[in-house]
Amino acid sequence: MTAPPQEPVPITSGDDVVRVRQAVRTAAAAAGLSLVDQTKIVTAASELARNTLVYGGGGHARVERVTDARGRAGVRIAFGDDGPGIPDIDLALTEGWTSGSGLGLGLTGARRLTDEFHLDTEVGGGTTVTVTKWAR
Amino acid sequence: MERVPILKIGQILLVSIQIDLQDQTVQVLQEDLAERIVRTGARGVIIDITAVDIVDSFIGRMFSTIASMSRLMDAETVVVGMRPAVAITLVELGLSLGGVRTALDLEKGMRLLGASLPSLADGR
Repeated sequence: MTAPPQEPVPITSGDDVVRVRQAVRTAAAAAGLSLVDQTKIVTAASELARNTLVYGGGGHARVERVTDARGRAGVRIAFGDDGPGIPDIDLALTEGWTSGSGLGLGLTGARRLTDEFHLDTEVGGGTTVTVTKWAR
Repeated sequence: MERVPILKIGQILLVSIQIDLQDQTVQVLQEDLAERIVRTGARGVIIDITAVDIVDSFIGRMFSTIASMSRLMDAETVVVGMRPAVAITLVELGLSLGGVRTALDLEKGMRLLGASLPSLADGR
């Protein structure tokens, strides 16, 4: 079961990254996540939104509240871009590796901070990263 | 884009972050701070993050950059007021902020700087 999806938040500037954080905070609080878990998912979202902007050339984030089969509430965010894609997924998920000027903590950090992490990418075909955090 | 104000108290520069930081604001703050340290001859920098509800890798790197940069200009940096949820998240993110001094609150941060620089807090 899934709550009605919200309008995707466009990511085309640094201000939009802040807007994504705020949208995720609101959804995570509404889903009943603890303060620590809210902080983790908002931080993960901030990393992924920046990746969408910097490496994907912009895109959008779809933030939704979800419920699993056992009735547990959570928040799921899908970040999508039509950028160049990631040629080597294993390398991109290596701690500290970066193709840019960052610390290389974006993808690996976001994966550690969330309960579910899916990376869908194709060279020349864009990237989608979906993360979920469940209330405990 | 909003700018983060830098206040001067004696020989300390106080940066109290009260807004949602976007990356460009962070970059401008680093540059503003470097310029203010040189212009004022400040010996200490306190970054108050009591009101900051998330620190991601970009913001975390700012703390390390400011600490290293101010040290090169003979000023010590202390980050104060980190929320427990932020600390837990930073460690899990993989950012240990090595080289950045911290204190629980502004008062303890002032004392930490005052202890290493005795004439600091009295404004001379």
